[in-house]
Parts: sequence; structure tokens; C-alpha cells
Amino acid sequence: MSPRSFSTPLLRVHGISKNYGHHVALRSASFDLWPGEVLAIVGESGSGKTTLLNTIAARNRPDQGRVEFAVRDGGLQDIYAMSQAQQRLLARTDWGFVHQNPADGLRMDVSAGANVGERLMGLGHRHYGKLRAIATDWLERVEIDANRIDDTPQMFSGGMRQRLQIARNLVTQPRLVFMDEPTSGLDVSVQARLLDLLRQLNRNMQLAVVIVTHDLAVARLLAHRMVVMHRGAVVESGLTDQLLDDPQHPYTQLLVSSVLQP
Amino acid sequence: MNEPMLLAGTGETPMHETLAAGENFNFAYLDERTKRMIRRAILKAIAIPGYQVPFGSREMPLPYGWGTGGIQVTASVIGPLDVFKVIDQGADDTVNAINIRRFFERTTGVKITTHTSQATLIQTRHRIPEDPLTEGQVLVYQVPVPEPMQRLEPREAETRILHSLAEYGLMHVKLYEDIAKHGHIASTYDYPVMVNNRYIMSPSPIPKFDNPKMHLNPALQLFGAGREKRIYAVPPYTTVENLGFEDYPFEIQSWNVPCEICGATDTFLDEVITDDAGTRLHMCSDSNHCEARQNAGGVAP
Repeated sequence: MSPRSFSTPLLRVHGISKNYGHHVALRSASFDLWPGEVLAIVGESGSGKTTLLNTIAARNRPDQGRVEFAVRDGGLQDIYAMSQAQQRLLARTDWGFVHQNPADGLRMDVSAGANVGERLMGLGHRHYGKLRAIATDWLERVEIDANRIDDTPQMFSGGMRQRLQIARNLVTQPRLVFMDEPTSGLDVSVQARLLDLLRQLNRNMQLAVVIVTHDLAVARLLAHRMVVMHRGAVVESGLTDQLLDDPQHPYTQLLVSSVLQP
Repeated sequence: MNEPMLLAGTGETPMHETLAAGENFNFAYLDERTKRMIRRAILKAIAIPGYQVPFGSREMPLPYGWGTGGIQVTASVIGPLDVFKVIDQGADDTVNAINIRRFFERTTGVKITTHTSQATLIQTRHRIPEDPLTEGQVLVYQVPVPEPMQRLEPREAETRILHSLAEYGLMHVKLYEDIAKHGHIASTYDYPVMVNNRYIMSPSPIPKFDNPKMHLNPALQLFGAGREKRIYAVPPYTTVENLGFEDYPFEIQSWNVPCEICGATDTFLDEVITDDAGTRLHMCSDSNHCEARQNAGGVAP
């Protein structure tokens, strides 16, 4: 069975828990993610969304449970059983991580072109002209004017920075991207463009996405499936439309009814 | 007068006459246990070419940035039979070179020379001598910033991981930026190198003109960074490769004038302003090499 076939999940999260001292940050969370699927993790601040994301992205070892990823050459593998070198290689080739604050994911004082090219240079690309061509292509794909290639992200607007961060992550054609509140902090029109872009990339690249958001509108627009978190536990999960239209858990009902209608 | 105040700027201190080597302090100033500790770091550095070995850098009777790392390395490897040379930017007669040379002259009593070929131990700041080094010679570099990635990745915990996993994409980001900004790789000194196909290393601020001399050099090259407390080494006949891009390879500087004193066309030249009108003179930065050429009669008008 090839790992890319749709009969195997891309990521399998099984019963992961995480405590910070006496505080329970994450309580036995489980889910599967399939190739090309967008999964939204929603919940209020402090509900464990970001802990869950960091744990499945090999950034924060869980106290219990397993996180398995279908690597390109051979099935599901426990990411915490891998060596640090393997984890990091995975993180900068087959994965992407989009931070809420673009400054965390970008090198703010080097040019946009170098930001996009860094992963490739790390993989051994040594041709300046080709790196530049790839960077130009990617800037255009994320709707950044190609003549801004030598500008640093410090000179970019918030929306441009976020798109640059996405380009930097996608240049190695990853199969899975983790996103932590990628649209918060952007104004609504910029948000809409970014969401459009993400939908396009998801469709064209068969990109699986785990997106953490507190914005149910973002989840409805992007996500195929949702998990709702409350006090460190997954309280409900299912298809996005189903979950938003017919929430079962009291907390989900509260969450859905709290959305302001313009 | 127990304190050896050795680096007073004036040439004639009374101590010069009164102190003989080893009389009021240990041979080569440092105590034996410190030297042993530094030698252990040096041995480890030689065993892992290009790897930065931490060591317990001591306070020296001169400020950081003046060569405290190089001096500690020299003090640990120097022996009574060594012939010692110090250069600063290639010259034997600059303040830094004179003072370090005198420091070891007084604290060890070893033979001093300015001739590259006669020296067994050479401490250098920012140059490699023009005359080829030979087997058995030791070249000690003074290093201000041992971490080549420091400007791009300020977290030292992170750069250590990058070294240990040989994740060196960052170094090419720096070169990429140079080309994007200047149209060519504009770094002219402290040009990063790959040692023994494993570790990226800062060659200390030598001009990149000197970088090719490090490659497969028969001499032992030791690097000491006093403030940063790191020692690293390039053992004899080790590969030292300059980073670059396929379409923008590593290149050394060149001048369109010869040295105006000895006529050499293959050396690293300093540009010296000679009067208030801004008249400029190009001359070899390696004073010993230039002098030897003048004595041999290869003199320009």
C-alpha cells in the first residue's frame, strides 16, 4: 500500500496528552488526517489548540500517546521515535509551519528571495540563478510582486509577510502544513485574499493542512473537518458543515452561537 | 614587582632588564594546569577539524579583541626551543605584533624572528604569510567571532544544533544576500569555509585572498577566541573548501598595480595614504615577504 494512497492516513494522532506541572494542557487527543485534507482545530484561548499543534508538529514531546506520519519512503512512522536530524529534515522538507506572527517564521533582515530559497539551499541547491527563478515563481504564486524579491520582509505589509511565510514553507512541495492562526491580525479583505490563496494551494498541491483558529468563519471556509477543543480535550469532531450547523456538545453550541452576525 | 606588567605601551620599561624568563612567573605566563586544559581543548580541536571546542579562557593582561585567544593558544603550545614570529595584518612591526612578541620574549625567552621560513610558531592577526608554510610549523590565529553563523542566527544553542546536524543552508543565505545586494559575493574577509567536508568554519578575519592557502596546508593551524572561549583547528593537509554558488563561485581579490616597493604582483596589497593630498601607495601587507624581495633585488623604481 503506497503511503500516498487515500487508504492510509497521512498523520495519525493517537491518545496524546501533555501536562505542564499540575496543569493539564492536553488530554488524550486522537484524530487522523488524510492526504489533501484540511483539518481545523478550534476552541477558545487556553483550550490547548496550540499545544496540540506543537505536539503533532514534533515541536513539543507529548507525555503520552503517539504521533505517526506517513513518510515518503515507507508508511507510518512514530515521529518521536525519529532522531532529531530526521525530525528536522522532515520539518523542512515534507512539512511546513506557518506561525501566527510572520516574524517568527521569517528571517526579517534578509531579502524575500533568500527567505524563499533558504530551504532549498539547505537541501544543497547551489545555483543562484535557479534559486532566484524559483523564488520569483513562488512570489508570484502567493501574489507578491516579483520586483520586491530583494526587499526584506521588514518592508512588507502584514498580509504580504504572511504570504511570504507561506511561500517559504511551500517551496519544497511539502505534503503537510501546520498553521497557527495564520489569518488573525490581518484585516478582513487581506484575510479573504489569504484564505482564497490557501484554498487554491490546498487544491493544486494536494496539500494537507492542520490549521489552528479561533475564527469559525475561517474554519468553515477552509476546513473539511474540524475538531473542537475545550479545556485540553477534544470535545467534538466531524465534518465542518455538519458540526457548525448541528453542534452536539454544549461547548460547541456555545461557540457557534457566539459568532457575531454582521 | 611581582606583577608582570608586560604590555605597557612604551618600549623601555625597567622590567625588561630585571625579569628573566621564568623568574617571577611561570614559563609563557599561564600556569601549567591552565596550559594543560587548553592543550586538551587543542587536541580535541585537532581531532575534529573545524569543530569549536569550548575552553576556560583566562583573563589575560590585555583586553579582549587584542588577541587573548591567540595568546593563550600560543602560551600553551610554545616550548623553549621554538622560534617565534608574530604578525598583525601581515606586518611584524605594528603595535599589536610588537607587544605580543615582546610578551613571549619576556615570559619564555624563546628565539624571536621575523622570517616566516625560520619560525616554528607564528601567531597571526588577520593574515596568512605569503611564504608557503611547511610541515612542523604552527600557525595560531586570533579570532574575534568564532561562530560563522552568528550574524544570521544569534541563538548559540541553535547554531550548535545546526553544526551538529550539518544544516548549513543558512551560510548560503548570507552569500545569496550578497549577490542580491551587490551583484557578486561581496564578503572580502572572514569568508566562510567548509573544513574536511564536515564543519563550516570562520577563518577569522583574514582576507579571502588567503583562504586558498588554508587548503591542504602542511602546517598546523590553530584558532583561539578568548572572549567567546572557543578553540578550533585545521590539522595539516586538511581540505578547506570555500563556499560559493555554481554560477557565482569563490574568487580572490586582485589588484591592477604591483607592490610599489618590491614589485610583487601575486601578494595581498595594502593601500596606504602617504600625505595630506591623498597620495596613495600600494604595498605588500606581508612586511617580511616584501623585505626579502627587496633584498633579493626585485625592487621597483
